[in-house]
Amino acid sequence: MRASPTTALLMLAVALSAGACRQDMHDQPRYEPLEASSFFDNGMSSRPLVEGTVAREMPIEKTAFYTGRTPNDEFVTELPMPLDRELLDRGRTRFNAFCSPCHGQTGDGLGMIVRRGFKQPTSFHDQRLRESPVGYFFHVMSNGFGQMSSYASQVPPQDRWAIAAYISALQLSHNIPVDRLSAEERQQLDDSIVGSAEAHPRAGEE
Amino acid sequence: MSQIFKPSTNTLARVTLFGALFFALVSVWILVSLNRSAYATRQTIVRMQPVPFSHDHHTEAMGISCLYCHTSAEDSAFAGVPPTATCMNCHKLIWNDSPMLEPVRASFRSGEPIQWARVHDLPDFVYFNHSIHIAKGVGCVTCHGRVDKMPLMKQAVSLQMEWCLECHRAPQDFVRPRSEIYNMEWEAEDQAALGAKLVEQYDIQSMMSCSVCHR
Repeated sequence: MRASPTTALLMLAVALSAGACRQDMHDQPRYEPLEASSFFDNGMSSRPLVEGTVAREMPIEKTAFYTGRTPNDEFVTELPMPLDRELLDRGRTRFNAFCSPCHGQTGDGLGMIVRRGFKQPTSFHDQRLRESPVGYFFHVMSNGFGQMSSYASQVPPQDRWAIAAYISALQLSHNIPVDRLSAEERQQLDDSIVGSAEAHPRAGEE
Repeated sequence: MSQIFKPSTNTLARVTLFGALFFALVSVWILVSLNRSAYATRQTIVRMQPVPFSHDHHTEAMGISCLYCHTSAEDSAFAGVPPTATCMNCHKLIWNDSPMLEPVRASFRSGEPIQWARVHDLPDFVYFNHSIHIAKGVGCVTCHGRVDKMPLMKQAVSLQMEWCLECHRAPQDFVRPRSEIYNMEWEAEDQAALGAKLVEQYDIQSMMSCSVCHR
């Protein structure tokens, strides 16, 4: 049987108007990350972790890499990985993203959040922190300290070590003895002092 | 017997014929325009949120990196919306008596998540992966616009397939150095030269097969 032209037109009109109504393919019966769910009481599709859950890649043994401590429960003084340029660069990007809001980009503890009223953290160039072992910084990042929350959920262990390495670099940048500078760097230092004296000729008189 | 049709009927017939064609074309044009309009794409439309969170204030004024909250942007298909605990890193001391932030504190106390309205929602038949785009040098601003200038979050682009394909056809016109991914203000001095170099360096391919996004 062939449909009459009227029936065909009518069917076309119905197909065109109904085509846009259903969104089954747009919203398929599966959960996107963090999507709400009507199935569970608290409305979350992601289930909270059972207490004591260990991440799949995480070893049960408490190695220095995960704790920052030696088997004798002292903070490690050496990074648990080789220190190279890549690690420091990684540390710099992570430090600037996660730490600098409070600690400041130079580590002086005068980040923007502190200027807006957060408790001022100790400067990384403070004597106590310059003498602290690298494992201590890893420990504080992992567990928090004072008003600082734990950053374990925001920064994975490898990146926490990278940040700890970068903090050491920042500390060195502020406290390096002058005799450890090369002749060229000392010249640069002298030039910059002369340069600033020329820029502010009366600074010394006030 | 008089004539049934007057001479003017000729004109009427022509007008009707061309009018019908015109009407059909205009209808198609209206449908196409509607489909690309903000009404359909929800582009530039601000969604109501439980807390009027300002990206402008947190990134532009406070200088906080995108990564501070969207921690999984580099390693996961989903950039991640931060848990309430991330808000409380600062807001336990700052604005900690602001009525506007009460839903945040309530969520922190009870453990019930804040129900943010999702702004960038692709259809479920698109399998978008955030991490690969960042790894290949697509900056945040390329797809999300000047989020640092948005007091309230909105979608900056249409997110329609023709928009995706603009870049998938010619990635060299859009990619940037990985060091500038989070930089909202960065602009290439010579995108043609830089783009060609980055495509080589990052091994960026023009992915045009259907199954790249639709699986």
